[in-house]
Order: sequence, then structure tokens, then C-alpha cells
Amino acid sequence: MDEKFEPKITAFVCNWCTYAGADLTGTSRIKYQSNVRVLRVPCTGRIDYMMVLKALHKGADGVIVSGCHPNDCHYTSGNYHARRRWMVFKKMMEVMGVDMRRITFSWVSAAEGARWAQLVNEVTDQVRALGPYAEFRQIIGAGIE
Amino acid sequence: MRIGYYPGCSLLGSSREFDESTRAVLKALDVELVEVADWNCCGASSAHILNHELSIALPARILALAEQAGLTEILAPCAACSNRLLSAQQELEKHPEMLAGIEKAIEMPYKGTVKIVNILEVLDRLKDLIAAKTVEPFAKKVASYYGCLLVRPPRVVNFDRPEDPQSMDRMLRAVGATPVEWPFKTECCGAAFSVTRTDIVAKLSGKLVQDAVKRGADAIVVACPMCHSNLDLRRAEINEYLQQEYAIPAMFITQVVGLALGLDPKALGLHRHMVPVEFAETAGVQS
Amino acid sequence: MSRIGVFTCHCGENIGATVDCVKVAEMCKDIPGVVHSVEYKYMCSDPGQRQMQEAIKEHQLDGVVVAACSPRMHEPTFRRAAGDAGINPYMCEMANLREHCSWVHEKGDATTQKAADLIRVLVEKVKHNEPLHPIKVPVTRTAMVIGGGVGGIQVALDIANGGHKVVLVEKSPSIGGHMSQLSETFPTLDCSQCILTPRMVEAAQHPNITLMTYSEVEKVDGFIGNFKVTVRKKARKLDEKLCTGCGLCIQKCPNKKISDEFNEGLGTRTAIYVPFPQAVPNKPVIDLQNCTYYKTGKCKVCEKMCPTNAIRFDQEDELVTLDIGAIVLATGFKLMKTDAFPEYGYGKHKDIIDGMQFERLASASGPTSGVMKRPSDGKEPETVVFIACSGSRDRAKGVPYCSKICCMYTAKHAMLYKHKVHSGKAYVFYMDIRAAGKDYDEFVRRAIEEDEVKYIRGRVSKIYEEDGKLIVMGADTLMGGEPVVIKADMVVLATAVQSNDRSEELAQTLHVSYDSYGFFAEAHPKLRPVETNTAGIFLAGACQAPRDIPETVAQASGAAAKVVGLFSNDELTREPIVAVVNRQAAPVYSTCVGCFLCQGACPYQAIEQEEIKARSGEVIMTLARINPGLCQGCGTCVATCRTKAIDLQGFSNEQIYAELMTL
Repeated sequence: MDEKFEPKITAFVCNWCTYAGADLTGTSRIKYQSNVRVLRVPCTGRIDYMMVLKALHKGADGVIVSGCHPNDCHYTSGNYHARRRWMVFKKMMEVMGVDMRRITFSWVSAAEGARWAQLVNEVTDQVRALGPYAEFRQIIGAGIE
Repeated sequence: MRIGYYPGCSLLGSSREFDESTRAVLKALDVELVEVADWNCCGASSAHILNHELSIALPARILALAEQAGLTEILAPCAACSNRLLSAQQELEKHPEMLAGIEKAIEMPYKGTVKIVNILEVLDRLKDLIAAKTVEPFAKKVASYYGCLLVRPPRVVNFDRPEDPQSMDRMLRAVGATPVEWPFKTECCGAAFSVTRTDIVAKLSGKLVQDAVKRGADAIVVACPMCHSNLDLRRAEINEYLQQEYAIPAMFITQVVGLALGLDPKALGLHRHMVPVEFAETAGVQS
Repeated sequence: MSRIGVFTCHCGENIGATVDCVKVAEMCKDIPGVVHSVEYKYMCSDPGQRQMQEAIKEHQLDGVVVAACSPRMHEPTFRRAAGDAGINPYMCEMANLREHCSWVHEKGDATTQKAADLIRVLVEKVKHNEPLHPIKVPVTRTAMVIGGGVGGIQVALDIANGGHKVVLVEKSPSIGGHMSQLSETFPTLDCSQCILTPRMVEAAQHPNITLMTYSEVEKVDGFIGNFKVTVRKKARKLDEKLCTGCGLCIQKCPNKKISDEFNEGLGTRTAIYVPFPQAVPNKPVIDLQNCTYYKTGKCKVCEKMCPTNAIRFDQEDELVTLDIGAIVLATGFKLMKTDAFPEYGYGKHKDIIDGMQFERLASASGPTSGVMKRPSDGKEPETVVFIACSGSRDRAKGVPYCSKICCMYTAKHAMLYKHKVHSGKAYVFYMDIRAAGKDYDEFVRRAIEEDEVKYIRGRVSKIYEEDGKLIVMGADTLMGGEPVVIKADMVVLATAVQSNDRSEELAQTLHVSYDSYGFFAEAHPKLRPVETNTAGIFLAGACQAPRDIPETVAQASGAAAKVVGLFSNDELTREPIVAVVNRQAAPVYSTCVGCFLCQGACPYQAIEQEEIKARSGEVIMTLARINPGLCQGCGTCVATCRTKAIDLQGFSNEQIYAELMTL
């Protein structure tokens, strides 16, 4: 594998838990790998999983989706909707041959600064080991843009 | 009604009267008992302490045999037997991954389709028939003693309420008896210490006998061979411990129902008791 | 073509030490649409903000990206500054270079590159931002308080004293709640009635408070500042204006053997009754289940006796609809009943009572006039056993949570008993003593040391009756699990505090969330304890979780302050981060197809059905419409919508996809 390969990771995070958790990582000065690019949405319930596919299409090698723990949603139940959609989405992607090791669904609360760093490092290491996600771009290229 | 029958060891030995009275009562009520052929030990109190797999394999073999005989239900009058059968069945339901090993051990397929019932459940189903066929109401005050294994653990047996159960009281009322308000329905009788520590049994069962008499009971009614052994067979030790001669008989529920149905006390094994069932004559039951 | 300005902040060394800010600013100049890119030591400082404002004017910027700290920190600051400079505040976005970049990565090219990337993403977002305007909704300055216990009374008084109208709704015939049933209160042992009744009278007489007793909330529509609440006024069968509260009807009612709720079944009352002598209002109600007239068609003694002819047998329930700006829930709790405990005899022993029954036995206004008599035979109990945690912290048979008030009231009960029966013996079985609170632990120590209450740490496995005594079989776990048997005359179970009956139903009527035990859920367990997730609805007291009186009153005042704060505005301003269903010209009207999947997804019931009608009045189609007053902007509906007819302002599909395209 190309030693210089550095994966691109896109993270979709909710404003109230994971974004705040990532802020806490910063405030606590916990270091993690710099491959991740965070996109802020109000709630994981806002996330249309087409966005995840779009991220992979546009060159991301791995994606993180993270929000409030069950029961802790700022909007009461948005994360449950996200989770329910995720279950369906995951199954469908598996059928379609998308490597689900590329997409990580997680809960990181506003108090879990260290957890965020750990999550990013784990995902980055895993995706780095998997290499660039060229297959996905090929599939997309073969299809209709 | 046709129902599978698993007597277990006690009912062939120390509690033959439980077997006799169960068969006699159910025959009188037109229930056909089909004994499971080639049955084995249920494991009772020892197997589950020594070897988990063995404690499941033993009951599983009995249930598998019942399946092979085409039975859908199996009556295990002994509380320990029905408890072990139920435990094994639930364990295999919860852990299907154990099934292959168990089937290999018992050398036959196990499906888990047989329903396990205790004697109170069977009698309860026949309640109306019993009431109709009662010729000699058992007009006595009784202490209904359930012991531990019949209603506990609730998650396994899922029968009656674990504290202050009522099913035996209902049956006794149906045959004309008056159950006394008794707080010791599920207190420990000393169980298997019957053999090794009779002093403990004397103390624990003594409490039961003493309180039942105090509350005016004429008889203690049980549905478990172990309970019966301790209350009947160990009466000498109990009386010695309490320094009193307690003569209150301990009877199986099937014997009480049998007497109410007018069956011959001998057929019910009443003569086998260590503590004579003496009021039988005074109540006008033929001997 | 957009004219975007990028302002990169060093945050002193915080960003500057690991990110090459000068290089970042240079790199940003190459982003299409960026016409101005600078860096500065402290963007949030006054000169920093001024620099941005001048640049907006000088370069005619139409969008701004401030690359500094977390938007959760300074987004309002920079949006305000941008607004002051003449552009729409919502055209300003922040890139988080500090918390998400410089503080968490090592110095190097990769980190600098990431900083530039973060800015690039937000530049793309700003290009797709739309000017937004805060949403304004009017406020009705009348509050409704549901529940007339001590919490509800406190909320009502505080709001009323703040100069606003309050409607206090109570389902029983009198306000006062559980506190009016208590004998004495911990940790001071002052008489509960004595401190509560003046408050009850004050609430009844306050010009700003309208009491609606014997009433229940049926329906709630609308949103913060603009609720419409329908209240059912149950028929008292009495003209309240004519009734003087003389009590003659109660004296003459022939039906006197009805179990008295106020005395927890330890006393009796008549069919026409006031719950207790100090009831507010002091007007009777007729209990339809037990009234001889309603059962047999004959009697009407009360009607004949009433000197003012106030009895109205034909009175019906009345539905009243009110305009309300804010609602406070203070519906309280109930205690688990003694029949829930199989090991204690399923409630069949009369002398096993719960804590509230003990309060009535100890109360001077109770059925025994405060003399200790046990319920079965009226004998003075010589030995009393108190069992704490009856049902609480019991995962197998009760509730897993701690009921919080029992440790204290059990100590109080034991003391009260000892004060009344000096020769008596009091035992308390407990798991832990949780006496956290001002003067609380001292109070428990007093019970143990001065009043010689015997505390035994252990559980009671069984209670049975023998020779008129209750045999309590327990264990002393501090003595190695030694069995303890106590022959008691009376046993008091400190049964678990539970959510009130039908609290789930009420929560669903009000669209507030509740936990699995039926307690109403606060918006944030630490920082927003008196608010619910539904804007404009607040909580006070034990309807949220087990609470004692001081906590209930404190929370009540907190909720009142929230309401008064809300009412200090003529209009409410809300962030315009709300979802919108698109509307187009006829004949399309909208890409919404009216499937209403969004309605089920919305946690706030903000989605309504709107009928598009032709001039003839014929309904052409039914579309979703989002009420901006209710929408909180989570965006769950947006992701749910099959036809992409809904979009979220501030986080629109266009914005997010634009961000993605740059990655």
C-alpha cells in the first residue's frame, strides 16, 4: 500500500452533542489525527444519507455520523429517526456492495471529548488500512451521474 | 384427556402414595396417564450444582422421549421434577447454541414442544368435574403448604404468585375444605437436609407444624414429595425437637381430592404415612 | 457572483502557534468568490470586529466567514457585528480553527491545510446562505398552572406577584395537595397546615389568580405565547356563588360511611363533602358515585337543608377555552400502595400502612385527632417498625430509582411516634440513609440519638400476623446478616414515590416528553431543569421526579421566573432556523405530495395540514405546513421528506451539498 496515503474523513455531527464534544476535545487539548473534516448539522435527524454517499463520491475515504446518545437528543427524538434510517441504509448499502467499514455511526455526547478523539483516531486508522476508496468512485462513474 | 406422565424417583420410592393417589384420582376423572417409557432421573438437586450441561441433558432426554411418544403435555407431580424440566426447557430456548451438544449427549432429537404441567394445574383444569363428583366433602381446616419449588423461581415456573400463592387453596375450597390464613405457605421445610441434617429439618419443619396447629389446621396439605417426607417421615425428630406430640397429618393434595371423590383410602396410599391420617374415620370415609 | 470576506484569527497563540494563519489567509484568496482575506491577532476584540465591519463596507461584501473559535462560542458576536455593518447577520458563518484544528493537531502543513479546508467549506456554505429574519410571535400574558399543591400555589403566587394573570387548575375540589395532608414537616417539625393554609388563602384572594378547582385540562393547542387550553370544570352540583360554605348539607347527608381520600381511607366522609376543613374554596361537591340520590333517585336531603338553595342536581360539566401564554406543570406524585408488596401480605393486614396514612394518624386534624391508634383495633401501638425503600431501589418488584423523600420522612415519622408514645419502641429498616440537604442529616441523627429510634440496616423479607402482632422478619446486615425478628403492633412502609395517575395522558395532551416512569422530562437535566422540550411549558415539583417541599418550592419559583421572563416581552423573537415546506405558483403549488411522513417524524407537532382550495371552495390538495412558532429546527422532517419539499433554513440541502462538494 502507498505509504503516503492519507485518508479523507468526513464527519457529520449534530450541533448539540458531538460538535460540542469535539469542542471539548479542543478545550481539553486532546490530540487526534487531522484527517477529519467536520460538517455541522442541527441534529442527526437532519442527515439525509444521500449526503453520506455524496461525501464518498466527492473523495471521502471514510465517513463518521455522530450525534447525541439515545434519550439525550436535544430535539427529543431526532437521533432515533437517524438510527432507524441508518439501519435501513446500512442493510441497503451492504446489498449494494458498499464497504460498511467506511461508514461509522456513533454517539458522542458533549461530555465525551476524549471519546471523540478516540473515535476519529480509530476510524482514521481503519480507513487508512483499507486504502483509498477508489471502488466507490468507479461504481459511481459506471453509473449515471 | 390424555396426558404424559413422568413420576420421577420419589414417586416410586418414598412417596409411592403420591403416585398412587395421582393415578387413582386422575383415573376417577377419566384422565389417561401415559407414562414416558424408559424415563431417567431429572437431575434433581445434585446435577445442576455439579454440571450445567448434565443438568439440562437429563431433563431434555425425558422431554425428548415424551416428544417421540407423540405427547404434547407431561405431568410431573414432583415439584423438583417439574422445576428441573421447566428449567431445562427454558435454558434450551434461551441458548439454542447448546442444542447440538445436548442432542448428541442424549442421542436423540429434541424439539421442545412438550408442555410441562404440575399437579395443581391439572387439577385446576378439572375443577368443575371434581366439584361435581365430590361425594364426601373434605370438611376440614387445612394449611396449604406449597414449599419452595412449586412457585419459585417465578421466572422459571411462572405459576401462581411466589409469595402467598392461592392455587392449592382454591382447589381445597372446591372439595369442601377451609384453608386457614397461613403465612408459612412457602417457608423452607429443610428440603434435602432430610437425609444429612435432620436437626435442621426438625427446626424448620417444626415451625411449620407448630404454626399450622396453632392456626387450627386439621391437616397440612402438600404437593411435593420432599415437603411430605419432612413433615411426615421426620415427625419423630420434629416432635422430639419441639418436645410435644404433634399428630396433625400431612397429606398430598391428590389424597385430599381422592377422599372427596370417595376413593378407597388404601388406593390413595393413606396407610403408608408415618403420621396416621386419623380423622379419616371420624369424617365418615369408608376404609 | 458572491463577494465573500474571510477573516482569520490567530487567537493569540491559540491558533497561530500551530496554524500558519498568514499562509491560510493567502490560500483563501484563491477560493472563488472570496474578494477579501486577512488575518488578525484577535478577531473578537473591538478593533478586530471593527476591522471586519470596515471591510464589509469597503469591499461591499455580501457574506463573511470568520475563521476563529467554535461558533458555539462567538457566532452571536460576529453575527451581531456583521448585522451592524449592514449585511444580514445570517450571512456570517464561522470556521472552527481553534477547537477543531489548532488545539487538537500538531503544528505542520497538514494542520494548516485543514484550516484552509475548513474555511473553504464554509465559504461554499455562505455562498448559498439566504438572508434570514428572526421570527416574531405575540405573547398572551396569562399563565396556566396545572396542579394546586404547594408547588402550583408557589408558581401561581410568584407569577401573580410579578403582575401577570394566572389560572390555577386543580383536579380535586380543593387546592393544597399532599402538603395539606401532612402532619409536621422535616427538618423543623413545624405544622404543615400552619405554613400552607395562609398560602392557599393568599392564592385564592389574589386579584391576579383565578382558581379553577375540580377542573381538568382536556386539550391544548397552539404554541409558546399562544396556547389555547380547554379545561373541563367538573360539576360540583352546586352554585358556588350562592353557597356560603355553612356546612349544613354535610351534617345532614345521610350517607356517612364513604372512605375518605383525604384521610387515606382511615376515616369516613359524606357524599356531599369538602375534603378537609381548611379547604380552599370551602365549597362542597357531591360525589356522584356514592350519592344516594344518584344511586337510587331518592334523597335530596342536602337540597332541602340548604339555606341558600345552592344545590344544583342538574348541573353539567362545563368546557372552558382559555388563551394562555405559558403553562407550568405542577401535578405532583402519588405513593405506591401497600397492596403492591407480596412479602408484606398484599395489603391484607390493616396495621401495615403507608407513609401518607401515618401522616394522617399523626395529624391533629386526622381521624384520630393526632392520637396514635393503630387502624385494626384502635390500640396504641407499643412497637412500630418503619421500612424505608419499600418499592424504591427495587428493580425486581418496584421502581429502580430512589424516592428521595422517604429517608427524611421516615426519620420524622419515627420521631413523631416517639414524641406521642414515649414508652414506644420505633425501629427503622433501611438500605442507606440519604439525608442530603440543609439540616437533614442532623435531623436523622436527632431521631437516632435523642429519640432513640433503632436503625437497622437491612431488608425485611416477610411480615405475618400472629396473635394480634405483626411478626417482622428482617436481617441486620451490619451484624453479618443476623436475622432480626420484631413483634410489632404497626408497620409503616415508606412506599415509592410514583408519577401521578394519568400523567402520561396529560404529557401527551401537552406534547411534553416523559420518562418511562411517567415523570415529565426536563429540557436539560442540569442546565434547564424547569423547562420542558416544548417551548412555553415549564415544570415544578414532584411531577418531574421525587422532590421534597423545599425543592418543590425552589423549582416553582424558578419556573415562575421563567414565565415572568417570557411575559416581559411584547413579542417573542426566535432564531429563524426553522423548516419550511416549499410553495409554488398554481397549478403545482408545492412539491409536497401530502404524504405527511414528516408529521410523524416531528418531535414538536409543528407540522400542520393545510388545504389548498380553489375559489369554489373545493379542496385541491392537502399540503404540509410548518408552524414557525413550534418548529425548533432539528431538520428531521427534511431528511424524512421523500420529495425534498421541506428544507431547513440555515442548514438547507443546497448549503450542505455545497459544503460537501468542496471536500
